[in-house]
Amino acid sequence: MATAKHSSAAATAPATPGADTAKYQQLEAFLTGLKVDGADLAGRRAVLIPALHRAQEIFSYLPTEVQKFIAAHLNLHVSEVNGVVSFYHYFKTKMSGKHTIEFCLGTACYVRGAAKLIEKAESMLKAKLGETTTDGLFTLGSLRCVGACSLAPVVQIDGKTYGRVTAEQIPAILAEYQK
Amino acid sequence: MPFVNITIDDIRLQVPKDATILEAAQKATIKIPTLCHLELHNRQTVNQVASCRICVVEVDGRRNLAPACSTKVANNMVIRTHSPRVLKSRRVLLQLLLSNHPKDCLNCYASGACELQDLANQFHTDKNRFEGESSNFAIETSSAAITRDLNKCIRCRRCETACNDMQTVGVLSGIGRGFNMVVGPAFHAPLQDTQCVFCGQCVKVCPTGALMGKSHIDPVWDAINNPDKIVLVQTAPAVRAALGEEFGMEPGHTVTKQMVTALRRLGFDYVFDTNFAADLTIMEEATEFLHRLQHGGRLPMLTSCCPAWVKFFEHQFQDLLDVPSTCKSPQEMFGAIAKTYWAQKLGIDPAKIVVVSVMPCLSKKYEAARKELSSSGLQDVDYVLSTREIARMLREAGIDFLSLPAGEFDNPLGFSTGGADIFAVSGGVCEAALRMAAEVITGQPLETVDFEEVRGQRGLRHAGVEIAGKMVNVAIASGLGNARRLLEEIRSGKSSYHLIEIMACPGGCVGGGGQPFVDSKHEFEVIRKRSEAIYAEDAGKEIRSSQKNPYIQQLYKEFLGEPYGEKAHQLLHTGYTGREKL
Ligand code: SF4
Ligand code: SF4
Ligand code: SF4
Ligand code: FES
Repeated sequence: MATAKHSSAAATAPATPGADTAKYQQLEAFLTGLKVDGADLAGRRAVLIPALHRAQEIFSYLPTEVQKFIAAHLNLHVSEVNGVVSFYHYFKTKMSGKHTIEFCLGTACYVRGAAKLIEKAESMLKAKLGETTTDGLFTLGSLRCVGACSLAPVVQIDGKTYGRVTAEQIPAILAEYQK
Repeated sequence: MPFVNITIDDIRLQVPKDATILEAAQKATIKIPTLCHLELHNRQTVNQVASCRICVVEVDGRRNLAPACSTKVANNMVIRTHSPRVLKSRRVLLQLLLSNHPKDCLNCYASGACELQDLANQFHTDKNRFEGESSNFAIETSSAAITRDLNKCIRCRRCETACNDMQTVGVLSGIGRGFNMVVGPAFHAPLQDTQCVFCGQCVKVCPTGALMGKSHIDPVWDAINNPDKIVLVQTAPAVRAALGEEFGMEPGHTVTKQMVTALRRLGFDYVFDTNFAADLTIMEEATEFLHRLQHGGRLPMLTSCCPAWVKFFEHQFQDLLDVPSTCKSPQEMFGAIAKTYWAQKLGIDPAKIVVVSVMPCLSKKYEAARKELSSSGLQDVDYVLSTREIARMLREAGIDFLSLPAGEFDNPLGFSTGGADIFAVSGGVCEAALRMAAEVITGQPLETVDFEEVRGQRGLRHAGVEIAGKMVNVAIASGLGNARRLLEEIRSGKSSYHLIEIMACPGGCVGGGGQPFVDSKHEFEVIRKRSEAIYAEDAGKEIRSSQKNPYIQQLYKEFLGEPYGEKAHQLLHTGYTGREKL
């Protein structure tokens, strides 16, 4: 993608397939609506956070290309954009799946076999902790102790807690979300 | 300007009302320590994040200590800069900074030129009071020019200010938050994959050893000590105006002749001069300029001897790649000629020749590694040492620089005119080109070769120079922020210039990223003194116009043929590639 900040090429969406083109058009319309052409640095900086918010709504996260796209449009350095993105917890730079499945790694859960559960889920879903499955259905993550130690090991899916989980139960639990 | 009355450490004085406490203290010759504060005088650039708090002072009537660098004075303010509370606070701050620092000063190249080390000495942080979690970053060596050791970074963000505000390259930013925040490129990319131009201005302002030039000292020692190699050294014009500072000389003196002796004693087989190639550059560049002028070619023509500037437009102005001159830089022209003409003349196998450059510059390291700059089939230049590195080698070798006798460059590649000397200063390439172009156009010798109108210390200048009744409009920029403004004018079609000279470093190569470190507070002054020394060197030369260099004339006669001709194109010209921006 040509991101030469000041070239006119920067104003067009990159050649990404299908759905993404529509998303870039949506983002572009929003950015154009901000009317920062000719604004000074302070003016362009002022709209960066709203622009990032909107972009995350559209894309559900902020991949590198989107950050570059915004930088080019607002005539800001990519390093500055990435600086802001990486400063706030709110902004996500990795795509998250439709469902988030999180394994408690507190001491109790760990001792009671959390590692086995992770192993099982990772091999079933072909994604590692911190990654998202290729079909975009699940993001795998870990939790610090959730305070449900009596139920160890604990797994949470979209905030719903499953207690005393065994590796054998994992397929059935996942199946609830795979429908 | 309205003034206010204040009292600092019992000294009463009047200062402008919008001064900071730091500026007011300077007036009273009281030194308040600073670390994150950076003021690039006359470059309209200030780093004022006020994050380090080493500059805190006590202000009567205020509960909290105030950072002097960012607190404005007020009428009747009473300030104490070294009360027990202030000193204690500074010491604790330093200990905190050091808790997470490698404290490896003995092995650090910045030792002796490190502001953190100076402060630790000044405040006598006699014990490691806090044992912090320390960072463990791998040293980043992706590029040919700059090495980053983030373990030594104190997150003052001075580099970011130099890169983003002054140079407008925009590579560096605080990425991440809290303890994990690092100052570096977006997405934690290695420098090599960014639009960094390796100007080294960030290295110059870094208070610690976190940013440094990539060293070529070891391979150069190896080459010198390899009996099968013939090792040539060439020295850039700006080096002679600053090298003395490394040995305690006041800024503003050239040390050309001692430098020649010093290089010989280090063991180089031939001591040549990049200046010779600067004269050659003028032959090519002025001829190209006249060609464009007379044949309706692309105007303005931009100079192309600064590799940082070249990389800048390759990334940022991909649509203007046909504007710069196609001339290689002097260091590259030197290598190309040494490995062809000179090798043939002496009947030496060019593969045995090692070309070492001594440069005021870090970007030249990157340039030397550009694959296409290899017109003899071998890389034009093999190694590049900065002014700081050659000084280090001289110290390693125990050479007492200040007491060396005068020496003379070897010929033919060591003879140069005054037109070559002034390549070191912003405006000099333009002036040297005018010295030749004017004589070619008029067919008359110039009455004076001094084009005062193109000289000066401002970062962006323009002048009209009348040649044979015609106005030639020239513009000169140093610092990439200024360059960007000129390029935007060209892009919008509003530029009426014929010739534009651009240098990435403020003041030109005398202020290069490889020059001796100078406290940023005095840098502008030091650069001015170095420039004056260069103009004096030029004025002292017998021949001052490049086209009159007899060895250059001989080179064209024996080998190259016509300036801007076929052979010259093959060896001395190059092309540019559009590059992505991260
Ligand atoms: S070398 Fe120049 S361009 Fe590269 S990061 Fe440093 S200041 Fe920026
Ligand atoms: S690299 Fe140097 S200049 Fe940059 S933030 Fe770190 S210590 Fe400061
Ligand atoms: S101005 Fe000179 S020292 Fe600075 S980057 Fe360019 S060539 Fe190197
Ligand atoms: S120098 Fe004032 S806060 Fe760092």
